[in-house]
Amino acid sequence: MNATAWSLAGIGAVALVTFLLGYVGSRKANTTPDFLVARRAIPATRNAAAISGEYLSAASFLGVAGLVLKDGIDALWYPIGFTAGYLALLLFVAAPLRRSGAYTLPDFAEARLGSPNLRHFCTFFVVCIGVLYLVPQLQSAGLTLTTITGLPSWIGAFAVTVIVVVNVLGGGMRAITLVQAFQYWGKLFAIAAPTFVLFVVFLASPSQGTQPLNDHGVMRFPKAELVEIKERPVRLQVPEAMNLRAEGTIDDRPAHGSVYWGKGLYEIGPNTKLWFQAGNPVPVVDGSPTTNDGWMRPQSGGIWNLFETYSLIFATFLGTMGLPHVLVRFYTNPDGKAARRTALHVLYLLGLFYIFPTVLGVLSRLYLPRLLVNGKTDAAVLMLPNAMVPNLAGQILGAIVAAGAFAAFLSTSSGLVVSVAGVVSTDIMPGKVRDFRWATVFTGAAAIGLALLLPRSDASLTVAMSFALAASTFCPLLVLGIWWRGLTWIGAVCGMLVGGGMVISAQVLSVVSSYTGRWAPSIFTQPALITVPTAFLTMIIISKASRRRRPQDVNQILLRLHAPDPLGFIRDRDIARFGTAEEKARLADTKRSGTARSL
Amino acid sequence: MSRHDAGAPEPAARDQWLGETARKPRRRRVVLADTTKSRGKAMRTLIELEEQTSVGEKLVRDLIKQQLRSAFGLGGLVLLGLCGLPLLFYLVPSLADIHVLNIHLPWLVLGLAPFPILYAVGWVYRRQAERHERDFVNMVDR
Repeated sequence: MNATAWSLAGIGAVALVTFLLGYVGSRKANTTPDFLVARRAIPATRNAAAISGEYLSAASFLGVAGLVLKDGIDALWYPIGFTAGYLALLLFVAAPLRRSGAYTLPDFAEARLGSPNLRHFCTFFVVCIGVLYLVPQLQSAGLTLTTITGLPSWIGAFAVTVIVVVNVLGGGMRAITLVQAFQYWGKLFAIAAPTFVLFVVFLASPSQGTQPLNDHGVMRFPKAELVEIKERPVRLQVPEAMNLRAEGTIDDRPAHGSVYWGKGLYEIGPNTKLWFQAGNPVPVVDGSPTTNDGWMRPQSGGIWNLFETYSLIFATFLGTMGLPHVLVRFYTNPDGKAARRTALHVLYLLGLFYIFPTVLGVLSRLYLPRLLVNGKTDAAVLMLPNAMVPNLAGQILGAIVAAGAFAAFLSTSSGLVVSVAGVVSTDIMPGKVRDFRWATVFTGAAAIGLALLLPRSDASLTVAMSFALAASTFCPLLVLGIWWRGLTWIGAVCGMLVGGGMVISAQVLSVVSSYTGRWAPSIFTQPALITVPTAFLTMIIISKASRRRRPQDVNQILLRLHAPDPLGFIRDRDIARFGTAEEKARLADTKRSGTARSL
Repeated sequence: MSRHDAGAPEPAARDQWLGETARKPRRRRVVLADTTKSRGKAMRTLIELEEQTSVGEKLVRDLIKQQLRSAFGLGGLVLLGLCGLPLLFYLVPSLADIHVLNIHLPWLVLGLAPFPILYAVGWVYRRQAERHERDFVNMVDR
């Protein structure tokens, strides 16, 4: 049995278990509250596992190790920020949000500020963020399948979409809770077991002919290696002059045979093969450190690098609380206290997980320098087991990692599809179970379309972008809405427009600049440090200016948000709108017995 | 009603019928505080809260202020700590040369240390928030 077969078997097993758990979870789901918020009856520990399972996406499972391989210590801010975001959520949002009794983010906005306009506006941003987050998941699924089997990348994206849509169609939130909780533990095993084994292998024979990390000089290939640049062109930084063999296009000129590269930047066209000799310096994708010293030391990239780090901290710390698929899971808690407990559990589950990708990233710097050349650093975790242990054990470890990665795509995508479908079905459609199912199909179709159309970039970067968007739109809305009486719907709309507009235009500009000579400074790829305070300020100033529009019942609403659970102020809005499950069941029963009698 | 107790008179009627002197000393439940009275008071506070009388509003405002103070205090502390690290590494590059257990210090500081600290801060906040809420409930329920 070869590596491909092992990995496919692992992926197949994950898909099968996902189906089975989804089926078990969805047997009793038949009402709208079941599909939206799982009847708000998920215990805190299971909910925390489900949230962590959903949250540890492709960006965490593959992306963090890839960024550590490429950028070194500065990439560690990603896992820190991803975890710290839950602390911010616990501190400012968790319990009051649950007590609001809302069932989606737009519903919360309407409940708090009493404006249908604001509700529609929020719907737009929820769909934006949801789809923006979904696309890299599907693309990474394609990458994983291509790395393992060499199949075209659309098959992986398509498979994930189909499995997710079928599961969500069956039981919505109720079906996926069990699936996601299981997938957290699955993922933890899938990353912890290979890390332990590979680390022991590394300790047993630290060198294995590789270059030690504490060598401060330029990185070099330990042995002769062939690197293939496939679909996308890359721009390489060459740190030292060298000779190599090339087949393809370099700097828009065809290259065949022996090539001399001086120090500098080279543009490598698609479908190019590069043969490096042992001892050649490793050319690195533009923007990453070329020496081990720069990789090892924090903040070695100067003042802009410092700025970028701060921006990332802001985006992740404040963005997590604005992610619709994370928030929707908090609505499934029975009460505010449980919501707080859930968030606290998540903190430790995530902390436990994030130790492992860092170790794998460091190890892959030793064994997989070729990924620095073709820029596919996201594949590091998948390729490392085979590169370090080239025998059956390595193949099995590779299969475990592949299965874990697949679980990551499935759980995150299902959470996103449920949250987007919940919003679309209740805000654009009437909100019956049938509408939810149609919305699921639409969401899946839109996401797969975009995933195939848009060019692929690093999963963590795209995901960081949706964090920036969430931090500049929903974070101010939630924080000010929960803690400040003065917020008005006009202020909220203006703040979200300014914050969201700035992030989106910054992103568009940085994409444009990446095609026309990279003139945009790095602030455009990570703008949260500027956009988040601007959004907050806009909301506060406009709200003060439009003081007359303050909702009349603001005091009652704040009481409801903050009153402790035993006082019994929680009123669930989904039940007010769609009725309780018991009522529905009684209605269905009378209908059934009525038809039975008439027969 | 079963056949067995059909013949017994109603308790109240029976008391009347027995009269004050004839009643045997019976077991009596003694409660320290009069529950009916305090429930009335709790109800009144709840209604005050709902209807937002000045008393109710003051109570809620105080609770929100308390919660916000702990949230902002702890959140600010964490943000300050996190934001201090990059600046520290930027200003004092020689920190990267310190080794602990043969690993560069910054890797330990960024790769391991934040997670238990974040959990600890979350734990402290949960305890504080729940205590504020318990105090509030006790005050209303008094």
